[in-house]
This record gives sequence, structure tokens and C-alpha cells, in this order.
Amino acid sequence: MLKVSKSPWLLHYDGSSCNGCDIEVLACLTPLYDVERFGIINTGNPKHADIFLITGGINKQNESVVKQIYSQMPNPKVVVAVGICACNGGVFKDCYNIMGGVDKVIPVDIYVPGCAARPESIMDGVVKAIALLDEKRKSVGKEAAE
Amino acid sequence: MNISVVSLLLYLILGPFAGGLLAGIDRKITARMQGRKGPSVLQPFYDLYKLFNKQSVVVNDLQDFLVAGFLVFIIFTGCLFFSGGDLLLVFFALTLAGIFFVMSACSASSPYGSMASQRELMQMMAYEPMVLLVAIGFYIVTGSFAVKDIIHFSNIPAVAYMPGIYLGFLWVLVIKFRKSPFDLSTTHHAHQEMVKGLTTELSGNILALVEVSHWYENVFLLGVVGLFFATSDWWSAIVVIVTVAISYFLEILVDNVFPRVKWDFMLKSTWIVTLVAGVINLMVISLIKLR
Ligand code: SF4
Repeated sequence: MLKVSKSPWLLHYDGSSCNGCDIEVLACLTPLYDVERFGIINTGNPKHADIFLITGGINKQNESVVKQIYSQMPNPKVVVAVGICACNGGVFKDCYNIMGGVDKVIPVDIYVPGCAARPESIMDGVVKAIALLDEKRKSVGKEAAE
Repeated sequence: MNISVVSLLLYLILGPFAGGLLAGIDRKITARMQGRKGPSVLQPFYDLYKLFNKQSVVVNDLQDFLVAGFLVFIIFTGCLFFSGGDLLLVFFALTLAGIFFVMSACSASSPYGSMASQRELMQMMAYEPMVLLVAIGFYIVTGSFAVKDIIHFSNIPAVAYMPGIYLGFLWVLVIKFRKSPFDLSTTHHAHQEMVKGLTTELSGNILALVEVSHWYENVFLLGVVGLFFATSDWWSAIVVIVTVAISYFLEILVDNVFPRVKWDFMLKSTWIVTLVAGVINLMVISLIKLR
């Protein structure tokens, strides 16, 4: 009954999003969608987070930030790219400053497409991420045992 | 076995379970007040299990030691209280535990940690006078600092003599429970303007230890609330449970109604409440006793 996935704490980082996706992420916290019923907390601290949720693509300025946040998160951790910008650059793909999707700099586990991604699909992605957390926990446990 | 050993053991074993359940109920009620469904009441235990299963990124060994000190002294405080010990000693041990926690945040040399520890010191400065007045009030009313004598003092609950001190204590409980509007240094809500304040640099099982300490602490603080209503009669246990529940509910209500304030307002208002509710109450009971 007790599983790591019962308490997924989430860190939301806005890469170079147009804020459309961010508003949808925050909409998940409202009474209508209420992600806290799954135990999800939108924390602001990478050291407490299990799920790294990124909106918007990667550019030269936020590349190091994203890498640093990722490295500060303790294992097991899952990365969710929300919105088509975070998946592959989206409408900003050809801009001179955009390097592409989040997977250009850190490994992404779950891709949530959409422009903007709807709260339902964000929650769907997060629930998939939660399932992954348990799997990763097992492999982390194995590594520690070896 | 005599009763003080039994209640000490009950506190040691059931303390974290009761504390965790209280936190879960708090989150449920908070969610309902905001029109949400809210997590399960057992959510704090899931969180704790998760934290114990995470990799813990150790900033420095000293910090771990200080957090352990925090836990040990909180448990010591509660044990002293529930075994019927000296109220003054109880509150001094509580302060010592608080200092351990402040030092642990300080030791990380993180801007958020050190800012939060300064705020925490400010909070201690705000609530400490009131906490001392509670001990002095009990002494003047019952003639003893020992918790077990206070309970057996008479069949009129202490709150009848010191309603002002009780209200003042409820006020500082907002600070101690880390509830809005006074959750300046760290909060049990997801967000805080300084990332997560005191616990920013903690992760994994060390953070879990802090959670457990807070649960122990909250149960102890509610125990002090109960002391205001406890008498030697058997049915006073029911009164204590009901009044403690109401007091806790009030704290949750305040938490949800008021936004976070700045430190100077917290300090001023708490001291004014201490002065008006606490000191005047104390003067009145000393006058009555003098007669
Ligand atoms: S996917 Fe669309 S809504 Fe989301 S950040 Fe990109 S442009 Fe904005």
C-alpha cells in the first residue's frame, strides 16, 4: 500500500514558455481539478521535488538553470515536458535563441503535447510520471544494493 | 506502572501517529475550506514514507547532527511534559530544540536557510514571553510548576483563572504551528516566498526527521492546551479532547483566513497580546491570590 508514488511532489519551471502552459499547470491546483487529492504538492524546492515539470523550450539562458535544477533533485526523479514547446520547441523552434525541447539538455520521461496543454492532459502526464517513480525507485534500490 | 510512566510511553509511541493524523486532518479541512476534495487523511504518512525512500543530499554532516538534536530535544520536551514534569524545564527544553533547528538551517550557508533562521529567531522572540507567562500563570494559580500537581490542583480547570493567558497562548500557537499569518520562517503549505525557508536545504530522510519532530511538537503543544482544561476528575479527559479539537480547528481557520504578514507586525501584535491578555490576567490573579 505504501508507495513512493503516493506522495509525488512537483517542481514547476517555466523555461521560455509563453505562459499559456503555466496557467494551465496552475489551473490543476484549483478546486476544479485539485491535484492535491493525489498527494501532489506544487513545491518550489528542487531538493524536495520528485517530478520536474517544465514548460517552454530551452534557450541559451535557461540551459544551465534547467541542468542545475535537475542535478539538485534527489533520486528517484521524473521529468515531464508540458506543452509542445517543451517537447520540441513548438512555434518557437526556428527562433535564433531556441535550442529545442527540454530533451536537448536533460533526459525527459514523459511528453505532454498540446498548445496549451490542457489541465486534463497535464494531469494524465503527471499520473504517468507517478507510475514511473515507483519503477525508478525499484532500480535505485537495486543500485544501492549492488 | 504509575500513570506518568504510562502517559510518557503513550506519547513516545503514539505521538508521531497522532501528529501525522492531525496534519492529515488539517490538510483535509483546509482543502474543504477551499472547496477542494483534498488528499487522504493518511497523506502525511505517505509523504514520510516517500521521504525515507529518497536519496538524501547531505549538505554537511553538522546539519544532520543539528536536525537530530532538534528531534531528540523535542521528544525530551514532550516526555517531560507528559510524565508530569516541571513546566519551566519543559519550555526551556522546547527553546533549546528550537535553537537546534535554527542552527541547522544556518549551517547550510544558503541564503534562504540563513534568512529563514533569522526570521525563526524573530518568531522565537515574539512567542517566548507568552510561553513563559503560561508557566508563571500556572504557578500562581496552582502553586506549582509540576504538570502533575497542576492537573490535581482542584476540580476547577485552570482556564477559569487565566482566560487571557489561554487566548494569548492560542495566539502564539499560530506561530508555533507554522500557520499563516505567522508562518514567516517556514510553512507547512507548499509555498513560501523563501522557497521553503528553514527546510530548503534538507532532503530525503533528514527532512523526514524534521517532519516527525514537528508531529511530536504539535502533540506536545496541544497537550499544553489541554492542561488549561484538565482537572482531577475522570470526565475532564472528554472536556480536554473536545476543547483541544476546537482550539486546533480555530488555528486551521485562522490559517485559511489571514494572509502572511511581515515580521514587524508579528512581533508587535504578539507582544501587545502578551501584554494585554497575559500580563493583565496575571496581575488580576495575583491580586485575587493576595486577598
Ligand atoms: S506550447 Fe503553446 S501555450 Fe505552451 S508555452 Fe508553448 S506556445 Fe505557449
